[in-house]
Amino acid sequence: MSASVLDKVAEPEFSPHLTQFIKDWKDKPGSLIMILHQLQQQFGYLPRAAILKLSREINLPLAKIYGVVTFYHYFKLTKPGRNNIQVCMGTACYLKGGEDLLQELENMLGIGVNQVTEDGEFSIESVRCVGCCGLAPVAVCGTVFGKLVPEKLPEILGKLKAGGEQP
Amino acid sequence: MVTIQFNGKTSVVPEGISVLKAGTMTGTKIPSLCAHPDLKAWGACGICVVKIEGSPKMVRACTTTVVEGQNYLTHDPDLVETRRTVLEMILSNHPNECLTCARNGCCELQTLSAEFGIRDVPFDTDVKLLASDLSNPSVQLHPSKCIACGRCVIVCQDLQDVWALEFLGRGDQTRMAPAGDVTLAESPCIKCGQCAAHCPVGAITEVDETRKVWNYLRQNDKHVVVQIAPAVRVALGEEFGLEPGTIVTGKIYAALRRLGFAKVFDTNLSADLTVMEEASEFLQRLTTGGTLPLITSCCPSWVDYLEKYYAEMIPHFSTAKSPMMMMGSLIKTFYAEKSGFGAKDILSVAIMPCTAKKYEIQRSHDMSSSGMPDVDCSLTTRELARMIKQAGIDFKNLPEELADNPLGDYTGAGTIFGATGGVMEAALRTAYFLVSGKNLGKFEIEAARGMEGVKVAKVKIPTDGLGAPGKELELRFAVAHGMANVRDVMNQVKAAENAGEEPPYHFIEVMACRGGCISGGGQPYGSTDEVRAKRIAGMYKDDASNALRCSHENPSVQALYRDYLGQPLSAKSHQLLHTHYQPRPLYVR
Repeated sequence: MSASVLDKVAEPEFSPHLTQFIKDWKDKPGSLIMILHQLQQQFGYLPRAAILKLSREINLPLAKIYGVVTFYHYFKLTKPGRNNIQVCMGTACYLKGGEDLLQELENMLGIGVNQVTEDGEFSIESVRCVGCCGLAPVAVCGTVFGKLVPEKLPEILGKLKAGGEQP
Repeated sequence: MVTIQFNGKTSVVPEGISVLKAGTMTGTKIPSLCAHPDLKAWGACGICVVKIEGSPKMVRACTTTVVEGQNYLTHDPDLVETRRTVLEMILSNHPNECLTCARNGCCELQTLSAEFGIRDVPFDTDVKLLASDLSNPSVQLHPSKCIACGRCVIVCQDLQDVWALEFLGRGDQTRMAPAGDVTLAESPCIKCGQCAAHCPVGAITEVDETRKVWNYLRQNDKHVVVQIAPAVRVALGEEFGLEPGTIVTGKIYAALRRLGFAKVFDTNLSADLTVMEEASEFLQRLTTGGTLPLITSCCPSWVDYLEKYYAEMIPHFSTAKSPMMMMGSLIKTFYAEKSGFGAKDILSVAIMPCTAKKYEIQRSHDMSSSGMPDVDCSLTTRELARMIKQAGIDFKNLPEELADNPLGDYTGAGTIFGATGGVMEAALRTAYFLVSGKNLGKFEIEAARGMEGVKVAKVKIPTDGLGAPGKELELRFAVAHGMANVRDVMNQVKAAENAGEEPPYHFIEVMACRGGCISGGGQPYGSTDEVRAKRIAGMYKDDASNALRCSHENPSVQALYRDYLGQPLSAKSHQLLHTHYQPRPLYVR
């Protein structure tokens, strides 16, 4: 499959690391997911233009890549907020009130899961076990907030907004 | 071969086939839904479950390979109950809109539900309300009706190599759509309609324009004329209970007149004209060192595919328009002048086996060579069948009528355009005549016929007609059908070009649909290789029964050149019968 010249609109830059990574892996079968991880790492999500460019570079139909991207929750097609708050819904966190945290966050920010606030500051994500069940319930945003209760959320959001807790 | 049993009855079947296929071959019907003989088994629906004697498990017949000595139980109360439950679950998230669905009366899910006597769905219904995609001129997506059988995706990717459709999401959120929030019109879709032809339900359908044509026929101040394509005549009968391959040309002419069309023309005549132009173009390139191989361009899906996927090959494309567009431009120029009706008072309708023709009529301004659209509306065979039924016409008992002059005569060469290899064979018959000065001794070019995905052969032609007696010209040709089969041929050509070698072929015919237009996306539902073979046989029968077998012998075509066009490739021919191509993006955004 050869892509037409007309496709080349506003191509995003790939970092040297990403470019080399794609070069090293593109001809090896089963490497798409790994490459997508790297792509998402550079952009924070998977911009359509970047997937289009990748599609040409690894000579794989865009539809195939989208099939994989939409299958796995980890891959994001929309740009997350500057602070992407991941609320753990693993068994321990769920039992200890993870859902209350999620509910409270949604109320405070006025957005749902996988949505971004209008100012681009916050987004909320519901994730599976993050591996520190002893601290349940847990939310993650750059750092781990353990034994969390809804009452602590305003303070955390304030700090995040001020930029203190960015990774 | 392996010996197996169905319900205790012994059968011998080929090794390696599925239990479902073995059932079909031995006359044991196993109910199925997602499986289709054209496609790899996917095991999506679970309707075709069977038991293997000695095992309590149920297995899917479509994905289970026959094993020597096994006895397959295709029905018992458990199996019937399980199939019923699967159906009920599918129905629980399928909208209950049968009466207003495009597939009402020809839906595979409806048929199964009727067979299982489903009167009530015991599960909570959960019908997803997803917007229809009406962006495409040829086919529409109605994702709410999708049962996730996967046929359209497999057709689009495996058979057609287009990759417009993909499974997006997972689990009960899975949907079939173009990659990433774009419409079908913005995707690589080539409008072949094979997704619609393979969809078991009404989730993908052709754009129905029958009411538009009824409105044409209502306008008393318009002269409404119609043309019918080669492949329609061997398939339309199926909609009225006739066997696939039954030639119903005369009845179609009669039906079209009864619908109210003022004149009935035959696209076969312009297929003959296409041969004249294309064979002449071929010889011109051959003798003057032009770009070879020459690639046929009658198929609008192939044109779209090439413009998107192989734009660098555009110089190889024949500039000759498709027979439909040639007829369209002649109707609004030649016929308009001759009949006294002005082009603006004529509405021209085409009956085609094809959904992509709806796109082709608006592909570029070349499609308006008369100054207005040369073809105003293109209907599929299925839409024509509906119009005939709406009119209450007793199709089977219609008398045989003839097409109207001056655009109605055709030769056997024109009719075989509807089958894979037909354009090549027709063009070679005339090219042979032009090169050697005489007709082929045997008109049938067997190497171009048959269902092989890529057919390759050589023909030797004495060059007496070119003023070089005693010598021979060897022409290498390739015929590909089913879009996925084209890639290898194109890559061979490109490889030879890059290496500076002589091209592997002189002439290449491509048709997007498997078997050619006879199983186009607009043909009656139910195309399988068995049906295709019958329709193809009908095409060749129509050819063999014609007194004239070569396009250059068509008296109406000869008259057209004498009285109007001059000669093939003349300035007038170029103006009316040829076109240009342009690179197009795979994704518009």
